[in-house]
Amino acid sequence: MRAALTVARRELAGYFATPVASVFIVIFLVLAGALTFTLGNFFGRGQADLIPFFSFVPWLFLFLVPALTMRLWAEERRQGTIELLLTLPLPQWAAVLGKFLAAWAFCGIALALTFPLWITVNLLGSPDNGVILSGYVGCLLVAGAYLALGAAVSALTRNQVIAFVLAVALCFLFAAAGSPVVTEFLNSRLPVLAEIARGLSVADRFGGFTRGIIAARDIIYFASFIGFFLFMNAVVLDHRKAD
Amino acid sequence: MGGSALAALIEIERLTKRFAGFTAVDDISFSVERGEVLGFLGPNGAGKSTTMRMLAGFMPPSAGTARICGADVVDQPVAAKRNLGFLPEGAPTYPEMTVAGFLAFTGRIRGFRGSELADRTAHAMALTQLEGVRLQPIETLSKGYKRRVGLAQALLHDPPVLVLDEPTDGLDPNQKHEVRELIRRMAPEKAIVISTHILEEVGAVCTRAIIIARGKLVVDAPPSVLEEQGSSLDDVFRRLTLGQEAA
Repeated sequence: MRAALTVARRELAGYFATPVASVFIVIFLVLAGALTFTLGNFFGRGQADLIPFFSFVPWLFLFLVPALTMRLWAEERRQGTIELLLTLPLPQWAAVLGKFLAAWAFCGIALALTFPLWITVNLLGSPDNGVILSGYVGCLLVAGAYLALGAAVSALTRNQVIAFVLAVALCFLFAAAGSPVVTEFLNSRLPVLAEIARGLSVADRFGGFTRGIIAARDIIYFASFIGFFLFMNAVVLDHRKAD
Repeated sequence: MGGSALAALIEIERLTKRFAGFTAVDDISFSVERGEVLGFLGPNGAGKSTTMRMLAGFMPPSAGTARICGADVVDQPVAAKRNLGFLPEGAPTYPEMTVAGFLAFTGRIRGFRGSELADRTAHAMALTQLEGVRLQPIETLSKGYKRRVGLAQALLHDPPVLVLDEPTDGLDPNQKHEVRELIRRMAPEKAIVISTHILEEVGAVCTRAIIIARGKLVVDAPPSVLEEQGSSLDDVFRRLTLGQEAA
């Protein structure tokens, strides 16, 4: 675990030593703000909550998180540092976990920097801050799920474009699985699949958090989602690290 | 296996690596004892780096095994790597990190903390003459400095086994001399494997030379014995590695 944290610390410092951090954070904040106030009709709704903001975050992460993960292993391969990292005396899972934790902490920092929105609703009205907190927890879990998936995909290929496109496509699959379009289509043909699709949907689980409900089964869902893809990441890495 | 001080620190047994369509390393066996400096020679693509990658536990062998201080690189990878200092081909490092930051990172992974970490880092930088650039990002350094950063990382924990893939590549003659001196100084305490293209280096630092060609081990002898076989090491190398084509 100590080795994983050492890797995470190095990785996180790496984000801030390169333009990756500033570009990612600025774009995320600009888009989150713009979408919340324009499409989300933040002022016009006349409600003191962050629902308009939370409804856009998973869709922003859909594109921004794969941009973060596409370089995770590809960059190590390109620089040859993968050979250095994986010949240091640390178990392979520690390297996988360390990289994931760094990326997750980074997303957490980006989310935390949306605090002016929170200040704004608190100045304009008296929102339920518990619900807002639970919404942020949900955002973080969605980011974690997408990160784990994207990281596993990036271990699969040295090509960053392929890693990005594949990760976006797969994240979209999980994001859209619970949407009415998909479930109604499946309901009319194969009702069993509609249930499964809804069960696997990231967006459905996230919905609970934005309403202030932190349910154990949703936590378990995200934990197993992240755990499964981190495990896949380690397996793929073991087979393809030298390619 | 292992244990006693007399046992070989590096044991390679029937190591084989097959890629789709060809065999990069073909049934190679040898061992290296404390005090030996083994020069690993061969034409480009002969399988030197592949052998070293398997020995370092980066690439899983298709068949056979390798042990470092008695620990199998496949079954006990972390124990094997703890006793190993490895300089991968091309001396990869994280370009955005400073020299001191990078060395502290590898030291922390190896479990050093606090003042011991600082001492080890300082000592590794002193050995490789990196003190002058300690706070410079690695990407701003010249090729020779980068190579020495990789070398410093391999020496940081004073490992009993050193595997160095082309440690003097890209260094100027003075730096080459320094690195060879360093290897010679450390030699009595360690088992060292270096791969190189430079044949004079074998005569200068190695106590033993192995030549591989097309993945097969063709010679295992002290450099002095090799030199007796021809007018120069160059001749011997050419004859042995081109042998099959000439015949």
